[in-house]
Amino acid sequence: MTRQQVLDLYFLDARHKLVELAAFLDRVERASGKDDFRLQAFRMALAGLNNRKRNKAKNTLLAFSDPTRPPISQATTKAACGAYPGRLNRVRPPSKRK
Amino acid sequence: MRYIEPHAHMVSRVTDDYERMALAGCEAVCEPAFWAGFDRTSPAGFFDYFSQLTEHEPKRAAKFGLKHFCWLCINSKEAEDVKLAEEVIALVPQFLDRPNVLGIGEIGLNKNSRNELRVFELQVELAARHNQLILVHTPHLEDKLKGTHLILDALKNDRRIRPERVIIDHVEEHTVEMVLDAGMWAGMTLYPETKCTPARAIDILETYGRERLWLNSACDWGVSDPLAVPKTALEMKKRGHVAATVDQVIFQNPKKFLSQSRNFKL
Repeated sequence: MTRQQVLDLYFLDARHKLVELAAFLDRVERASGKDDFRLQAFRMALAGLNNRKRNKAKNTLLAFSDPTRPPISQATTKAACGAYPGRLNRVRPPSKRK
Repeated sequence: MRYIEPHAHMVSRVTDDYERMALAGCEAVCEPAFWAGFDRTSPAGFFDYFSQLTEHEPKRAAKFGLKHFCWLCINSKEAEDVKLAEEVIALVPQFLDRPNVLGIGEIGLNKNSRNELRVFELQVELAARHNQLILVHTPHLEDKLKGTHLILDALKNDRRIRPERVIIDHVEEHTVEMVLDAGMWAGMTLYPETKCTPARAIDILETYGRERLWLNSACDWGVSDPLAVPKTALEMKKRGHVAATVDQVIFQNPKKFLSQSRNFKL
């Protein structure tokens, strides 16, 4: 597809999702309390979108991923929460990377 | 349009879903053994489940002209209890000769724990010993990247495992490349909120080619859509993909992989 065709097919859907993201941030920032590791990972991923580099979906998923390799000692829950709690101690935001 | 649904948990779906899938062009549905949404308390629970998958569910599908196939295993969410897992794994061989069994699956990891990995390796051993195809579940969300690395490492460490006889399911943009580079097949699961949307799955097809990729709905007891595969086919047509390309992705590719099992006959 040409860029024009992609825009014709997907722009309104992407615009809708972007407004939803903006409203989510407004909602969470309106609420009392502090950011947690999920929102911090979210902001880090968001910061990586506003450029012309490729692989934005892949890099967004990586921003939320557990980057460690050894298996954990024991599974204490079955659920995933969407972001790696330990990431912020290990990875700096993209703007501070060399 | 014709298609194969290579991953659906029909025991959790109503009979109307079989009818809707048949009307949409589905010719066969393949059902991996998975977590029921709660932990079973004994191996007997799994024995009954394996009987359901190999005896009852094929009859339910046949009422709508659908072939039903299945995969057997203990899933990763119930793999923290290694003793229970070993007892369940010991039950599997007696079911492997049943006519709708395709292989061992969906084995894999959930939280990437040592016990999950131990049980995964036991089931890879089971598949190798009985020359079975393998279907692998990769973890959710933040655990997927690490789990996919651990799974690929374990499979590569067993020289009896031929990569072309393994499908690694639920890949996304950050895991698909490592799976294809390992020579294995990759499955993309179409979910409304997690895993892949139809648009992203087609992006992956357009980026990485369509040689060893398939699409599935993985519909189960949660939020999921048993018609996700034909809906993605429609999205492919909107993007200008010709009918032959769509047919390769939603029918020929799963047929090619699954036909490595002598039980898969349409």
